[in-house]
Amino acid sequence: MTVRLTDKPIDYHLVTESVRTPRAGAVVLFLGTVREFTDDQQTTALDYDAYPEMAITKMEELVAEAGEKWPILNAVIEHRVGHLELGEVCVAVAVSSPHRKEAFHAGQFLIDELKVRVPIWKKENWIDGQSEWVHPGEEESVRSNTPSS
Amino acid sequence: MTDPELTMNLTVKLFARARDLAGTSHADVTLSNQQTVEEMLSQLVIHYPQLASIRESLLVAVNNEYVPSETVIPANAEVACFPPVSGG
Repeated sequence: MTVRLTDKPIDYHLVTESVRTPRAGAVVLFLGTVREFTDDQQTTALDYDAYPEMAITKMEELVAEAGEKWPILNAVIEHRVGHLELGEVCVAVAVSSPHRKEAFHAGQFLIDELKVRVPIWKKENWIDGQSEWVHPGEEESVRSNTPSS
Repeated sequence: MTDPELTMNLTVKLFARARDLAGTSHADVTLSNQQTVEEMLSQLVIHYPQLASIRESLLVAVNNEYVPSETVIPANAEVACFPPVSGG
């Protein structure tokens, strides 16, 4: 079980290989990628910020919980931080298990819970030059012209 | 160590929009001993009024763990404050 933050492109082939084992009959890989359109708004890039120590702690908790819930053999989460262009991989979750159902369930649990528990944030850079932090549940939508770094 | 007259200087780590609004990643607040997360947030908003608009949605972590507003902040704790997360 491994979790990591990286400011380099995620090698998802390596992530996938790292959970493979002859004891597994199933390997599930989830990739989150930078999407161009959110409804009618056009994104040009994302910037990810993280609270690294806590993000690692929370991701370690998630893989431990997944291991308690399902008989998985291995799980890896790798999340990118910094500036990402369209189509780049922002997160990779790989899970191996003897049978496919557990790998699918654990993989879905890991990405769903990561999105609500792990202190990582994305900032949308829109095509009109404005940028905006994504903070689910915040009523206020604050746009700024602050150039992204 | 529970003397309420004693104060502690606390540096609160800020992230994402909270950091941008406050203009700093490390916010200094002074608390009395045995003060709660709620009281820390009140101090924070007094020092950084720009945070008032997002105060209700701010999450607080003490030593890498989410804590509710009534939690007493222990001495030498690492405290962080940030808006709802959006990783993935």
